[in-house]
Amino acid sequence: MIQTEELKEGIRDGIPIFLGYFSVSMAYGMTAVLSGLPLSAAVMISLTNLTSAGQFAGTNLILAGGTFLEMAMTMLIINIRYFLMSLSMSQKVEDKMTGGQRLAISFGITDEIFAVAMQHPKALSAAYMAGLIMGPILGWSGGTLFGGAVTKLLPSSVSNALGIALYGMFIAVVIPAAKKSRAVLFTAVLSAALSMICYYTPALAFLSGGWSIILITILACTAAAVLFPVREDGEEGES
Amino acid sequence: MSGNIDKGYLIASIAIMAGMTYLIRVIPMAVFRKKISNRFIRSFLNYVPYGVLSAMTFPAILYSTGSVASGAAGCIVAVILAYWGRSLLTVAVGAALAVFFAQIGGF
Repeated sequence: MIQTEELKEGIRDGIPIFLGYFSVSMAYGMTAVLSGLPLSAAVMISLTNLTSAGQFAGTNLILAGGTFLEMAMTMLIINIRYFLMSLSMSQKVEDKMTGGQRLAISFGITDEIFAVAMQHPKALSAAYMAGLIMGPILGWSGGTLFGGAVTKLLPSSVSNALGIALYGMFIAVVIPAAKKSRAVLFTAVLSAALSMICYYTPALAFLSGGWSIILITILACTAAAVLFPVREDGEEGES
Repeated sequence: MSGNIDKGYLIASIAIMAGMTYLIRVIPMAVFRKKISNRFIRSFLNYVPYGVLSAMTFPAILYSTGSVASGAAGCIVAVILAYWGRSLLTVAVGAALAVFFAQIGGF
């Protein structure tokens, strides 16, 4: 059956993502549990969100006791890039893909899955996408479970030090991109500077963490978009 | 930070997280067929992940370990490892090790 072939191909393409996700989500599971989130909640978040930055921010917000509106807005701002990915992936799925299948594969749109799917030489079938998404979901929630479970066995001196792990991961995402692009460097430095100003200025204390991050992101990214508009050749088929 | 989070609040928060994240992913796939051509919007969206992560990291990283000095040590090590292109896990563990040793050293 062609479908079985496509499924196998998807699973094979998903293996590297599985491995990467397992290690990253292990760190997430550790940090979340150390910060006081129940292990079951951390695993549930990984299983239902399947995203990095968004759920890290959401976890921070839960621990800080943020409001539901803050949560919804934070998710919207941080994950809005998936909107673009979904948009561009929607042009690459097979014509015969059903509406239900479109709804199902949308759940699996992450930076890495998007990247692999868009490199796939053929139109995307439901079977291929199902295979591709399977491994990463397993890796992401399995890693969270493993990391969180292991954490409970750690002495407090070690767990204290691991409090920085989440921020270490953020830095590991931003710095390599900032090295390659002056625009990203500009965005990151401006954003960090605005955040420090917000934090250390008593007059701005009325802005809670969630809202200040949303405002700062909009400000910094608007400035970056004005100063460094992306090139049109970033996408195929643009004139 | 304490482990006493209200269960109802926790469940509702997770549901909102999951619901919003899924909505963003599914709406274009289900509804739109055309590509965004507006250059400003595409540029803005391109920079969002970096803006968000930087704002969340600074200055919070300094207060994530119990002492500002050990937090700063971890931050510096993380930046160096990330600059060398190490993986997410390596950078995270390296930063934690730096904090661990800084705290053993009395910082």
